[in-house]
Amino acid sequence: MRYNERELLSLARQPAEKAAEIRMSVPKKGSVLKKRLVKLVVNFLFYFRTDEAEPIGALLLEHCRITKEEENVFSISFIEEPERKYCFECASEEQCQEWVEALKRASYEFLRRSLIFYRNEIQKMTGKDPLEQYGISEEARFQLGKRQQEFPHLG
Amino acid sequence: MKLNERSLAFYATCDSPADNSGFLYKRGERHTAYHRRWFVLKGNMLFYFEERESREPVGVIVLEGCNVELCESAEDFAFAIRFSGTKSRTYVLAAESQAAMESWVKSLSRASFDYMRLVVRELEKQLEEIRWGLAGGCGGSRECPSSWKPKQSPERLPALPAILPKENGCAVWNNALGVGQPLDTSGCGGNDDEGTPLPPPLPPRRRVLNGEATVQSPSTFCQLHERYSREVARLRQDWLEKQRGPRP
Repeated sequence: MRYNERELLSLARQPAEKAAEIRMSVPKKGSVLKKRLVKLVVNFLFYFRTDEAEPIGALLLEHCRITKEEENVFSISFIEEPERKYCFECASEEQCQEWVEALKRASYEFLRRSLIFYRNEIQKMTGKDPLEQYGISEEARFQLGKRQQEFPHLG
Repeated sequence: MKLNERSLAFYATCDSPADNSGFLYKRGERHTAYHRRWFVLKGNMLFYFEERESREPVGVIVLEGCNVELCESAEDFAFAIRFSGTKSRTYVLAAESQAAMESWVKSLSRASFDYMRLVVRELEKQLEEIRWGLAGGCGGSRECPSSWKPKQSPERLPALPAILPKENGCAVWNNALGVGQPLDTSGCGGNDDEGTPLPPPLPPRRRVLNGEATVQSPSTFCQLHERYSREVARLRQDWLEKQRGPRP
């Protein structure tokens, strides 16, 4: 699949929501945990060799499942292939929990659900649609009805 | 750079609702010929397929940080997706009608994760203000943007406080988000940083120790005791005089 790599690389250089050196393994046979710089930017998780400026890879965090595994470990898998896991071994249980929480909220779809929730709450409490003032109340992406069939939040 | 392409393809083709979809003409990179492709916009990802029924996208344009503009082109209803940076590619697309072009420009301009996050933060702030009984929402008199502006920047939204960096150099965004959860209004650090209004301070509690009077130094207590005892003596005196008074 073609993609605009230059822009994605540029995104990888932006300030991160979260970044840390974490041991990571990819879902490939014989893959071992290796120390990587892991960086969360918008809905992408980039991972770098610790001394390199360009990422080895990027994961788009949509329709994924974030699972707390054994102590200090969490995994990311995608709903169409739940057994293929990217594993991350953190330095502490606390760091592990922080990453799990951050990653669960890092998808566009999560944001969208939050927006619809808040919009609905505000409308219930004030009788007014808070998106009207921005002129975006008719935007398809913010509609409640269309989203009813949305996949339940995983993880 | 590796990308989880299989998951991307799944995301593109699964039946989660798209934010926009339709045929657009895409100008080739090297040759200026336009190719008709089926486009699907989901979140900040613009996928394009050879045919509407194709099982996998030909490609995807990551829209984060882009600008959407009208552009001069031999084609009618043309617009461009531009990125900043010297060697960035510009994607030139053309719709099949004026209405389709406007619809695409609108939805693409607002497709970034950043934009969505700003709107969510703003609504979260408004909801918190309502819950605390403060002025219901801010910017009520804000002017509506004229139909659409091609720029990606969030100028139309009120200025939100800048993200304060944490010590380890990582920016922090709203940690209080939890769909279906009550908002975290306990006034903890996270909210402070975001500039979210804290709940009003509770009135100071009066400390009543068991059986004792309020916290007073012995000298003050003695003074009070003195004062009250004088008052009691005076009242007693008055009463006694009254008792004697009515006697003939």
